[in-house]
Amino acid sequence: MFSEELKKYDFDRVMASVPEIRDEDVERVLLKSGRKSPEDFLVLIAPAAGKYLGEMALKSREITLRRFGKALQLFAPLYLSNECKNICTYCGFSMDNKLPRRTLTPSEILREADAVKALGFDHVLLVSGEENHRVHTTYFLEAVRLLREKFSQISLEVQPLEQPEYAELVKEGMFGVLVYQETYNKKVYGHFHPKGKKSNFDFRVNTPDRIGMAGAKKTGLGVLLGLSDWRTDSYFAALHLQYLEKKYWQTRYSISLPRLRPIDTESGRVDSVGGGFISDRELLQLIFAWRIFNEELEISISTRESQMMRDFLIGMGPTSFSAGSKTNPGGYAVEPETLEQFSIDDQRSPEEFAQRIIEKGFDPVWKDWHPTAEHHLYPV
Amino acid sequence: MQKDKLTIGGFSFSSRLFTGTGKFSGPALMEEALLASGSELVTVAMKRFRPGDAPDPIVSHLKHAHIRILPNTSGVRNAEEAVFISELAREAFQTPLIKLEIHPDPKYLMPDPVETLKAAEILAKAGFVVLPYVHADPVLCKRLEEVGAAAVMPLGSPIGSNRGLKTLDFLEIIIEQAKVPVVVDAGIGTPSHAAQAMELGADAVLVNTAIAVAGDPVAMARAFRLGVEAGRMAFLAGRGQVHRNAVPTSPLESVMNELNKF
Repeated sequence: MFSEELKKYDFDRVMASVPEIRDEDVERVLLKSGRKSPEDFLVLIAPAAGKYLGEMALKSREITLRRFGKALQLFAPLYLSNECKNICTYCGFSMDNKLPRRTLTPSEILREADAVKALGFDHVLLVSGEENHRVHTTYFLEAVRLLREKFSQISLEVQPLEQPEYAELVKEGMFGVLVYQETYNKKVYGHFHPKGKKSNFDFRVNTPDRIGMAGAKKTGLGVLLGLSDWRTDSYFAALHLQYLEKKYWQTRYSISLPRLRPIDTESGRVDSVGGGFISDRELLQLIFAWRIFNEELEISISTRESQMMRDFLIGMGPTSFSAGSKTNPGGYAVEPETLEQFSIDDQRSPEEFAQRIIEKGFDPVWKDWHPTAEHHLYPV
Repeated sequence: MQKDKLTIGGFSFSSRLFTGTGKFSGPALMEEALLASGSELVTVAMKRFRPGDAPDPIVSHLKHAHIRILPNTSGVRNAEEAVFISELAREAFQTPLIKLEIHPDPKYLMPDPVETLKAAEILAKAGFVVLPYVHADPVLCKRLEEVGAAAVMPLGSPIGSNRGLKTLDFLEIIIEQAKVPVVVDAGIGTPSHAAQAMELGADAVLVNTAIAVAGDPVAMARAFRLGVEAGRMAFLAGRGQVHRNAVPTSPLESVMNELNKF
């Protein structure tokens, strides 16, 4: 399990080493042939590498083009529930946040799904808060059964589950699971997750192991950039990815890059613990570094980012974009007016964004998975 | 370099050159060559071992404190035979180490992946430290790792061919993916081949024929020792990138203009 592997590393010590990274280290990594190590990755996200952003951008673009061609994957999140028993002080769904709670019923799930389908999507990401009594595996299983005939790829971003639960979901047609560690800094993790099941750091950090053992086809990783030092956190995510790739070598992996932004502080919800916000240029540096570090990795960009940022990133490294997202349960059709988990920045419709992709000479892909190959696995 | 030790299944080695005992003109020359190689792990074919026939001409020449014997199953045709021979080897040499070789094909001696995987699983469960000899097949290497192989030994080219790393591209993938040591076995014909394998990041190489059949096996053994050390040192030092063409500057300017918006 990764919690064992983590014992070999010290978050604070890694963090202290970052300012010591020099220009010549960056140049060495940029000239190095073949695969890069997590330590190389750390060099590329160090402040010293900031002035090599142009070189990194070109390298990232070249690798992405070679590995993925001109295809860019589109997907939509479908929020099933905003009920949550956790207190994550940075999150809109936090238990102590007074807002109307809603969990979609089966017929509401279908209405939302039809609305998402009508937008053109064929890959859907089911999202929920963490409410284990009402929004649990049985509920997710039902959602997957309801939706598997409509979508060719269904992934989940819900609370960490047990391995047999993941295995059951895989059997029913779930493709992948996204679970963000938020931060690999145990102290900061404890500070932001004082209560609820989420307060168990090891259980969360070992979730990708359980997903891998359950045989899901994709595992999505991520840290909430800014919760702790984003550079050190990203390095730990790279270590995690490398560990998982070796252990669960039949799984594919994705990385998401959600970031805390100063604008969130207006709600008074974020108290950054020495994290420091990541700027636009630093986010670009991080994206290019991920691509240079791992050529096969799916890099996913959400509508939290601006139109300008998303347009620039087409073909530069990311391979997967959400579009036209609603981050509230029922947001597409059932009850569009409820409160969102986070506010989105790029408000364009999926069709508009797809058009922009085409204008830039790329191919918006709505579907690249054909689940009928596995239909024999489904109980009829 | 002092602390750069290789560990396989709890056994630790300072030398990353593994050697074999076949094809030498005689046991005394073999002994001298193996000593010159600095090798600490020497493979012995169980098919050539005659228990009870004392003193065994090969084994009596391997009695040196730094040399560990790695019995191999060469000659068996399937998993069942390999398991049987391995049990004999454990008994005879009092070692859990076993180099698993199953080549039903007598012409090229190509390893049988299906039987090898089967036997590796049985042997690992029975407490052996299994080093399977396989084709340079990345998926097979992962499967072997999963069933408990202590290392994998992909081939560079057919056994005894001295043709070098014909499987280079696949060795790179295996080395990148492996969680257990990768020992490039078979086909290494010259010290430069051995150095190349080590530069790629192989954990060790196994060389037999190229030393045994050289004009001067002792000098060749020494050359291999240096080749392996040079390759390892280069790997640890970090290779530079090979550029096939000049890097134009104009795309950089245009991307910088874009980047400066942020």
